[in-house]
Amino acid sequence: MPERNQYQVKTLTIDGREVCAAEDQTILEVARENGIDIPTLCHFDGLSEISACRLCLVEVKGNNKLLPACTTQAQEGMEVTAFSPELMEYRRLIVELLFTERNHVCAACVSSGHCELQALAQRLGVSHVTLPYLHVKCSVDGSHRRFVADHNRCILCARCLRVCGEVEGAHTWGITGRGINARMITDLGDRWGDSDSCTNCGKCVTVCPVGALVEKGKAVSEMTKSNFLPYLLQMRREARQ
Amino acid sequence: MTHDELREIAEKERDEQSRVPRKLNVCVAAGCLSLRSDQVLDALQTGLRERGLEGGCRARGVGCMGLCAAGPLVRSEPQHTYYRELSPGAPEVLSAILDNLDGRPVPEFALSPDLPFFAAQQKIVLENCGEIDPERIEDYIAADGYEALLSCIAGRSPDDVVQEIIRSGLRGRGGGGYPTGLKWSMVAKAPGDRKYVICNADEGDPGAFMDRSVLESDPHRVLEGMIIAAYAVGATKGYIYCRAEYPLAVKRLKVAIRQAEKLGLLGKRIGDSQFGFEIEIRLGAGAFVCGEETALIASVEGRRGEPRQRPPFPAYSGLHHAATLLNNVETFANVPPILRKGGSWFSSIGTEKSKGTKVFALVGDVMNTGLIEVPMGITLRDLVYKLGGGIAAGRQFKAVQTGGPSGGCIPAQFLDMNVDYESLMTVGSIMGSGGLIVMDDSKCMVDVAKFFMDFTRDESCGKCIPCRVGTTQLHRLLERISEGNGKLEDLDTLDRLGTMVRRTALCGLGQTAPNPVRSTLKYFREEYVQHIAGKTCAQGRCPCAAKPAACTEKQGEPTDAGAKSIPG
Amino acid sequence: MKKARIATLWLDGCSGCHMSLLDLDERLLELADRMELVYSPLVDAAEFPEDVDVTLVEGAIASDEDEKKITLARARTRLLIALGDCAVTGNVPAMRNNIPLGVLLGRSYIDLATANPGVPESEVPRLNPHVIPLHELVPVDIFVPGCPPSPALIDSLLSEVLAGRTPDIATVCHFGN
Repeated sequence: MPERNQYQVKTLTIDGREVCAAEDQTILEVARENGIDIPTLCHFDGLSEISACRLCLVEVKGNNKLLPACTTQAQEGMEVTAFSPELMEYRRLIVELLFTERNHVCAACVSSGHCELQALAQRLGVSHVTLPYLHVKCSVDGSHRRFVADHNRCILCARCLRVCGEVEGAHTWGITGRGINARMITDLGDRWGDSDSCTNCGKCVTVCPVGALVEKGKAVSEMTKSNFLPYLLQMRREARQ
Repeated sequence: MTHDELREIAEKERDEQSRVPRKLNVCVAAGCLSLRSDQVLDALQTGLRERGLEGGCRARGVGCMGLCAAGPLVRSEPQHTYYRELSPGAPEVLSAILDNLDGRPVPEFALSPDLPFFAAQQKIVLENCGEIDPERIEDYIAADGYEALLSCIAGRSPDDVVQEIIRSGLRGRGGGGYPTGLKWSMVAKAPGDRKYVICNADEGDPGAFMDRSVLESDPHRVLEGMIIAAYAVGATKGYIYCRAEYPLAVKRLKVAIRQAEKLGLLGKRIGDSQFGFEIEIRLGAGAFVCGEETALIASVEGRRGEPRQRPPFPAYSGLHHAATLLNNVETFANVPPILRKGGSWFSSIGTEKSKGTKVFALVGDVMNTGLIEVPMGITLRDLVYKLGGGIAAGRQFKAVQTGGPSGGCIPAQFLDMNVDYESLMTVGSIMGSGGLIVMDDSKCMVDVAKFFMDFTRDESCGKCIPCRVGTTQLHRLLERISEGNGKLEDLDTLDRLGTMVRRTALCGLGQTAPNPVRSTLKYFREEYVQHIAGKTCAQGRCPCAAKPAACTEKQGEPTDAGAKSIPG
Repeated sequence: MKKARIATLWLDGCSGCHMSLLDLDERLLELADRMELVYSPLVDAAEFPEDVDVTLVEGAIASDEDEKKITLARARTRLLIALGDCAVTGNVPAMRNNIPLGVLLGRSYIDLATANPGVPESEVPRLNPHVIPLHELVPVDIFVPGCPPSPALIDSLLSEVLAGRTPDIATVCHFGN
């Protein structure tokens, strides 16, 4: 049996703090291990990275482009800035853009109080939105017997798509349309309740950061999410050691 | 096929061609074809037959001759006289041409090859366009086609070929301007025994048709460039990703691939060597973003055409996670002449950092619109006034837009600047793939910015938030301004949001999407202010100009400027 | 000490923010020493007065009447506070923005009417096609999200404002409840 990757420890700084990283760790992983909470929405521990939300962009000295912490490998001697006025301004604007896109009315949402978008807005100090609301119209799919897909709440983070393909292996979720007209779909755009591929496992509901995929029968603020994929993550960690 | 066999074909073809001293070359590329140049060709062939001149003159279809504004074009050889705007509906003109094959040209339809539009060009990529029949491989071979390929295979190591490209200083012609040789050497050095070469023929910029013309007029040149590249980097499989909106280009590519395979120039044991390479065509389904290399690769793999974060760059991990060389049509088309004539020959043309020539689609408000190839470093003024023939009488030059939706508008003050990768960047635009849209003073810059923002908004894939929602918001703001409902703060918002989209979007499409707004805001800010404060569009192109002043005054009292906004 | 002249305005909202204000209970009595409520749905004044120090606005702008009210209030107020999600974001009232106005009114006043079907033409304010938050029409000085903002938050907000300070409350409150 071939020997496992020899672990080489790398030293880098994040916001001036010296931190250590293992060979294949991303800036995001290292930061979180060290209590530096870089904001994200599309990232989910255990799923592949798509660098789509752009919230985790950081500055790396010597590179004039901003780099997503979720897909950028930690390197020896790297000097990372995770929080700067420029980055915070962009993060606030990104959250604002999401709020203007679809219907994110927290007051009428079953996920209010357990929503990552809502919490992020508060954390970043987004007390109001400076851009006009777009009123993008989406459908609500209540055809599944246990779950509801309210696309008006969806932020297109594609966590559902990834967990369905990568963990459950069902590949029920997909994306149709493009740009502002992009929508999550089940199978080839059939109603969720009619999907042949869906195994009704509910993983997509569990990983949804907002109130787009929820259980039926919940009232405002009642939809809570459980800690997900703990065994998978633990096994992966053990496999690395 | 051996090198000698190739030379034999070339000689035989040249010999045959020289037996027919006179030729009528009829453009059958898409532009002229849409004006029924195929019927012009038929009529000329019939006319020759009727006059019993078949032995002394041949009428044949060739590729693009460039001056698309004057199509259908025919060139009479050996005098090189061009005939413009020939119509199958005017047989008397065609008869006059046939009756004067040796004598004076028919004056009212003739164009001299000494016109600056033709004479000021320097052709490398387009050297065969308008000269050879794109559907005959013998024509290409007679013009030294596949010569470079077979001499590489016979006598040069792959690394030697890469070094020649590095020496030439060739840079990617798709827009980014990345040094081609460097990319080739990265792919050549990348580990793995399975490598790919992909030709990006997903030309999508509004107003750009350089790649289409090359593919329609000289498809073998692109194939030869790709095969040489495959030899240099060690690839065995290639794809041409061509947009489905180019059916004629696809058809000619298919013909060319079949012909090359038949002659043993493509497929297994190319040039009787151990080297094998095959090419497949993949059709794009109409998404602009698939011109972005990672999205293109996803599309070839059969997945949704969405870009992904780089690194890893395709040179290390591209198609099916294998090292992949991805170049644009024009880049590949430059390869055979570089190998034939040497890298130092190529690098003697152009400027210090931008070598060779560039093909431009010169369109918009100039007299001569069409396809041109000029040395890098030519001035904008020469492009617009010398080759383009200037602006229509009574109008003034206002701006030139380069780089398509990723580029910017360059105002008159920069007319004397050199056109190369770096200079264009310093004025807030980019070289891009070569679309060059000239605008006269009847164009409104808010309207232009809105047009391009509408384009990128529509073409955004939707994966990352800054591009998906940011371009929509930018477009919404421009719409509001063009309707006369903008506020002065909107200009700051455009700037603030534009900066954010540029800095944070995932791929080049999003990162460059604000460029048309940024450059017009920088050089034509007063026009934005006029739309906002005066609620008027001086050019009468925006909705605010069409509305009676009273309607634009939702709140507050009508202003004098508002009253004047009704176009006379 | 001169008492601060305070007003509250109720536009398109459910009155929950005013309820939350009332839920300050006995704290209101303490605040009353330092402020005078010059205009509010809770008091009798018929016209929005001149020279108001602070106006708390609940609700979004949904009609021509809302527009008139907020424009007047803005012109006569030094410090305008958007109180609650409707004033800050449009919130629940703005959820109708996807529905064309004619369809909306037809559904409410004709399809579902049990008596006298017909869209009222007079006596009620005319609805705008879209519901907007305050700052899309007038400048807003402080944004207080929440549905509704809690009494404690309103308390600290008022205390700060009455002390002449502009509180930074963006990170201590959030949209929704």
